Amino acid sequence: MAKAKQNRAFITLYRLYVAAFFLFLAAPLVAAGSFAFNDSLFPALPWQGFTLDWFFSPNEPKLGMFYDRRLLSGLYYSFVIGILVSSLSVFVGTTNAFLFVRGSFPAKNFFYILMILPLVIPGVILGISILVLASNIANGVENAFNYEIDMLRPGIFLVVLGQFSFITTITSLVITARLRKFDHSMEEAALNLGASRLQVLRTVTLPFLRPAMIAAGIVGFLVSFENFNTTLFLVGSESPLTITMFDRMAKVGSTPVLNAVSFVLIIGSGLLALITVAVQRDKSSG
Amino acid sequence: MSTTDEYDLECIGVSKNFSSVRAVDDVSFTIPKGSFFSILGPSGCGKTTLMRMIAGFETPDSGDIRIKGNSVLNTPPNKRNVKMVFQHLALFPMMNVYENIAYGLKCIGTDKATIESKVRDVLERISLPDVAMREIHQLSGGQKQRIAIARCMVLNPDVLLLDEPLGALDLKLREAMKIELKLLQHQFNTTFIYITHDQSEALVMSDHVAIMNEGRFEQIGRPEELYHQPATAFVAGFVGDSNRWSGVVASADAQTLEVTTQAGLTLRCVQQAGRALSAGQAAEVFVRPEFIRAERAGADLAEQGDQNGLDGTVDSVLFNGANSRVLVRGPSGELIEADVVVTGGQGDLRGGDKVRLSWPIAQSMCFAG
Amino acid sequence: MQSDIKRLSLILLFAPFALWIFLLIIVPHAGMVVLSLREKVAPRVYEYGLGNYIDFINEPIYWNTLLRTGSMSILVTFLALIIGFPIAYYIAKIAGKRSRGALFLLCLIPLWVSDLIRAFGWILLLRETGVVSSFLLWTGAINQPIEFLYNDVTVIVGLVYTVILFMIVPLVSTLDGMDDAMVEAGYNLGGNGFTVLRRIIVPYAMPGIVSGCIVVFMLTAGSYLTPILLGGKNSSWFTEQIYDQFITRFNWESGAAFGFLLLAFTSLVVWLGLKLTGQTLANTVAKS
Repeated sequence: MAKAKQNRAFITLYRLYVAAFFLFLAAPLVAAGSFAFNDSLFPALPWQGFTLDWFFSPNEPKLGMFYDRRLLSGLYYSFVIGILVSSLSVFVGTTNAFLFVRGSFPAKNFFYILMILPLVIPGVILGISILVLASNIANGVENAFNYEIDMLRPGIFLVVLGQFSFITTITSLVITARLRKFDHSMEEAALNLGASRLQVLRTVTLPFLRPAMIAAGIVGFLVSFENFNTTLFLVGSESPLTITMFDRMAKVGSTPVLNAVSFVLIIGSGLLALITVAVQRDKSSG
Repeated sequence: MSTTDEYDLECIGVSKNFSSVRAVDDVSFTIPKGSFFSILGPSGCGKTTLMRMIAGFETPDSGDIRIKGNSVLNTPPNKRNVKMVFQHLALFPMMNVYENIAYGLKCIGTDKATIESKVRDVLERISLPDVAMREIHQLSGGQKQRIAIARCMVLNPDVLLLDEPLGALDLKLREAMKIELKLLQHQFNTTFIYITHDQSEALVMSDHVAIMNEGRFEQIGRPEELYHQPATAFVAGFVGDSNRWSGVVASADAQTLEVTTQAGLTLRCVQQAGRALSAGQAAEVFVRPEFIRAERAGADLAEQGDQNGLDGTVDSVLFNGANSRVLVRGPSGELIEADVVVTGGQGDLRGGDKVRLSWPIAQSMCFAG
Repeated sequence: MQSDIKRLSLILLFAPFALWIFLLIIVPHAGMVVLSLREKVAPRVYEYGLGNYIDFINEPIYWNTLLRTGSMSILVTFLALIIGFPIAYYIAKIAGKRSRGALFLLCLIPLWVSDLIRAFGWILLLRETGVVSSFLLWTGAINQPIEFLYNDVTVIVGLVYTVILFMIVPLVSTLDGMDDAMVEAGYNLGGNGFTVLRRIIVPYAMPGIVSGCIVVFMLTAGSYLTPILLGGKNSSWFTEQIYDQFITRFNWESGAAFGFLLLAFTSLVVWLGLKLTGQTLANTVAKS
């Protein structure tokens, strides 16, 4: 009896701990999101009443985020970069999955470790190393041919390369895991039913991989969207949203418009995360 | 061997090595039109490799495979009119039943209306007319089985290969599917080649069975031939239950021979045409439990001259309805199985009873050891 | 012919991989190392040598910062493990089937929100005019506003907050695969709660623990936003030094040397961790 009682007390304590943890998890997000609706010029207490000005007001001083040129262009660049990075990295992730699941070649384990490596290199270092290489090439070409390669100067192209360099590891791992679960006899069955190799790939293998490819694409997009460390060194004049927000926070001082952006991003990434989970929990997992 | 198209499938001297392992060793056989042919063997005997060569997923190192009289060695797997039901069925989970069945037809570019009527027709024939729009994961094990067959049969194959498709089913469903498969084969009147390690599946369904061991065919025959006239010791031991003694041939003439077992027991056997044994040779004797009569010792036993007999003690009675058996401890300590009728009355054998075992010498199957 | 097709497709599959790893990982890092060995002796005149590294050793601020970053990262990793493990165990083993999915999702959503926004949230909570300070004033527990930002404790709390989900997620997936019967068998064989945890659960979860620790350590040591925003200008995080050399002083040579030192230092810690726990990179990080 005493033991059961002790056990119940333990479970209750345990539950309280878990609840406290989730409170800890949610608190900053709630704070960042909810001040967007405070009718005040500063994201701080006291509560001055509810407003949507920080989203939709076209006038200073409460310029809403949907009228703030700089923020909107940051959002736009983030989207462009995110879509480029996620499509590129899903493509290479898929070829990597086939390479490591189906291919047999010497030193395969070594190459597999190489594939994982970018994930454990600090993002700052990925950023500077790519910056150094690109600048060296650009300087070399400029000195030798007197021709300026704009692409290799900080800007969107370098940001895409920098993010791609480690996001590809993530997409490769996600898609590889799915391809490993693929029952090889399904391809043989399709072949046996008269399909050509290309038809097999198009009608059986790729549809099987599709949930993982979509999930990897979304994850890649989100990681790209929120990336700061790598981007910081490679960014040119076209700043993506995180950089724009950081500049505001560090230099201008924060107004609730940043809370409005935070709110939109929290909701947006939450929805995308939900979609990722939904597509991966599909009927064909068996 | 003549190449006429009266055979749906011919394999001529087919061999296949995997590095140094000989998986399939000089296998030849022919399968007449419209029959149910099984390849039965323990796992790792090479039967799956043989089947994969017929389907085109492996290339034989030597020999020839002919379908309807034409060699298919240079035909890629997706052009052979041999369809296959895979061990785990390999139905496409991202397609529904209709799309699964229509898959092969779409690949050869059949028009939509024809596909639709063919799919409906084949669903009708496997008595599942209403499942076309279901998803694969909504089907029961038996239904999946039939869809996998329908997916192949809709393409009118010359030969249908089945690679242990019943393995994943539970016992009861497996029994039902055995009958179902046989009926489907009759209905489609297509040659089925069925691969299994389960002898009851092979014996129940097949017109002909090939027993495969270590890459070779040991014997091909009708199920009852394999059971009653096994050609080799392996077949005798693999097909059906049997008691087994090893020994040396003590004496032999044209008709009969006597084998002395290691424990000193003497068993008489009948010589078999084509594999007569002579004195001094090592030999193995197999006797099926259903031919051994077990009677309480002391009863008046009129033992004929063409019977083997020995005394023992009942170790235990294995009651299983009509298939009940006794385990008898023989004179040299070995356990012998014999079928008995257990009526539940006073006359039944019990543990500890002294018994006399006897069987006709014609039922002692003797092979060189 | 069949083997030709195979070889061709292997080459086609290998090409993107090789381009990626070679052009974006190997060559840039090699270039960074080469750059770090170069010194500017006069305008447009360079010399190769260990000068940048010698500067690093001679200036205590630099290597103190690196040591501080390293030790605080290890502390953060340890805290994330201690705090996260019970949560992961609860999600994977104790929560009911329905709430498990919901809890896991609750963990995933903040994971995908930018570090920047999370740090911003903490600023709003902890600064002098922030929610916590205002709340304490209102309750009367304090009588003038308190600044909770810009100290080491806050930086550590913020860092733990930023990285803990990267600890929990691999732990949940490893623990999820553990058969409950193993724990029951442990109790059944006479173990108490602690021995079962130590002898059965922790060894089973080891790949997940190591994987989580590696990722968390790398993220912490390489983080930039959280220490800057929560610790202020005096947070002395090594990535700040790198940024400073690169962007503010435009001294790329020494920035590259610092970058290489950070990479070497973190790799050393990860390598030691793998050696001590007997795990490999392939069966930990790759599985999460």
